[in-house]
Amino acid sequence: MLWDTIFLALREIRRNVIRSFLTILGIVIGVASVITMVTLGGGATVQVTNQIASLGSNLLMVTPGKRMGPGQSSASAPFRAKDVEAIARDIRSVAAVAPASTKPVTAIVGNENWSTTVTGTDNQYMKVRMWPVQTGREFSDSELRAGAAVCIIGDTVRQKLFGGLEPLGNRIRLGKLSFQVIGLLEAKGQSSMGTDQDDLVLLPLRTFQRRISGNQDISLIQVSIRDGESTEKAQRDIERLMRERRHIAPNADDDFSVMDMKEITKMLTATTQVLTGLLGAVAAVSLLVGGIGIMNIMLVSVTERTREIGTRLAIGALEREVLMQFLVEAVVLSSSGGLFGILLGLAACLGLKNALKVPFVLNPGIVVVAFLFSAAVGVVFGYFPALKAARLDPIEALRHE
Amino acid sequence: MTATSQTDKRSLIELRGVTKVYGAGHAATHALRGIDLDIGEGDLVAVMGPSGSGKSTCLNILGCLDTPTAGTYTFQGVEVGQLDRDQRARLRRHYLGFVFQGYNLLSRTSAIENVELPLVYRGVPARTRRAHARRALEAVGLQGREKHAPNELSGGEQQRVAIARAIVTGPAVLMADEPTGNLDTARSHEIMQLLVELNRREGITIVMVTHEPDMAAYAKRIVHFVDGLVESDKRNGSHI
Ligand SMILES: Nc1ncnc2c1ncn2[C@@H]1O[C@H](COP(=O)(O)OP(=O)(O)OP(=O)(O)O)[C@@H](O)[C@H]1O
Ligand SMILES: [Mg+2]
Repeated sequence: MLWDTIFLALREIRRNVIRSFLTILGIVIGVASVITMVTLGGGATVQVTNQIASLGSNLLMVTPGKRMGPGQSSASAPFRAKDVEAIARDIRSVAAVAPASTKPVTAIVGNENWSTTVTGTDNQYMKVRMWPVQTGREFSDSELRAGAAVCIIGDTVRQKLFGGLEPLGNRIRLGKLSFQVIGLLEAKGQSSMGTDQDDLVLLPLRTFQRRISGNQDISLIQVSIRDGESTEKAQRDIERLMRERRHIAPNADDDFSVMDMKEITKMLTATTQVLTGLLGAVAAVSLLVGGIGIMNIMLVSVTERTREIGTRLAIGALEREVLMQFLVEAVVLSSSGGLFGILLGLAACLGLKNALKVPFVLNPGIVVVAFLFSAAVGVVFGYFPALKAARLDPIEALRHE
Repeated sequence: MTATSQTDKRSLIELRGVTKVYGAGHAATHALRGIDLDIGEGDLVAVMGPSGSGKSTCLNILGCLDTPTAGTYTFQGVEVGQLDRDQRARLRRHYLGFVFQGYNLLSRTSAIENVELPLVYRGVPARTRRAHARRALEAVGLQGREKHAPNELSGGEQQRVAIARAIVTGPAVLMADEPTGNLDTARSHEIMQLLVELNRREGITIVMVTHEPDMAAYAKRIVHFVDGLVESDKRNGSHI
């Protein structure tokens, strides 16, 4: 009898091609969108984590401003060159300390111009970031001391301004002044947040302060810690030193922050996780809409199906045989819809993976959840109207309008 | 004559004081007001009467499709009211065939699949099912129409598919609600001859509702309903 029931259910599915197709479609779209969104979001999170990890776990970032939460900070006094020197001198475990101040500028070479960011720093920058100069050279001591008009550029800036031409020795105009290119940084590619890391121009800090910003401010100090030394201890030491230098009362909060990569990772992944959550929510809505679509189709066909159930009961079907048939039908439809949805979702992820440049990170949990949800929707709305109808006297079911 | 007018064979069906009330209070319709009816094995009964007199209601109760409001229905000595749903379904499955006034064929389902359906529930293997269904369709003159869905068949053809579906199992009792209601005279006579044949050859007891005296003439016995009561119940002298 089970075989006959399955046979009846499959025949019913084939007979009602349109209804079956629409039911499956709702589930396919819902499941596919949830899986795509969550998988891509998960990929983005993993990518952020990976790229930060590639910066090295021994990097500390010191920024002015109280730490308030992911991405937020309050305004407070910037650092000075003396702070950088103090860290380098007083913290025993430090390998390199690099100051940085940045400003957006338009860089011009001949007829080409390009909006980029200029950073004032010194050779320590390349050291802490483990980012060597590929061709040309680093800043010389005299250039740093004198604030010479020289610069080191990233690969994107080279491409945009020089195309195939040789940048070394040529001049770039930033604002009113022109700077000689003395070095080209190795190409790094996109960062975790989708920004182009190679889109930058480095100047000696003094040059930047005199010619670009017009002040002595330093907005970021990057510190790398020697191998084998504890970053937590270095972090505490730097905090103590900076509190002292900035004259912070013992009971007052820091007006700066020292973050290690773990914290930065946490901050950034928190952001991408919010994003993933949002995408997931959007996808969940589409799954819900798919579910309502299924419900609609099922309810529209309730009259017809109730009469069908009446007929089947009248010619000798048992209640449970009718129910089994409807259950099999609902399960077959929803699970095949769920499977197609999973396949489509994964295919979409693989397709978008390259376009969006995020790794493919499958979250099996969400696949299971999306599948179960869709199956539940299909079964509930396919099965429960049948359940109601099968409890009627055949004649009542036949009279249903 | 009274409701106890009988063939000499033992009673297959007994209705005692059966009433059926639809709705309640002022809106209540008394479709049946206390029916006593005995039908013996091998009988061929025509139920006649004006529209709304309760013929279909009575037939539905006999077919175990509906339950009476009061009174008892005994089938082969078993009180149907005491049976549970599954037992009544089994009764329908193994003993009863029913031709609905409104056919009730499954839509988008070919004639042969419709006719096969009762056999599916009887657990008959597919091949045998096909063969039986084909023969039943031939018996009602629908050979060559096996693959047509109800919406591709005329009203009369649908009615004949419904008859084929009811007789394909070789039921003990066949109930037919106006089985010739949509057929032309020639076709109606053919169907009646088929029913008479089934009754005579295979001993199938038949209860049918009809408006046409011509068709009732084929019956061995004619029961007249008026206003939810049996008004007359006669052996049919002109029975062929
Ligand atoms: N589901 C129902 N709800 C309420 N009243 C009903 C219902 N079914 C039938 N009736 C009423 O019961 C009475 C008997 O109906 P029934 O269908 O048995 O008549 P009938 O003799 O078969 O008539 P016809 O020859 O027109 O088919 C009618 O008055 C009808 O209006
Ligand atoms: Mg009627």
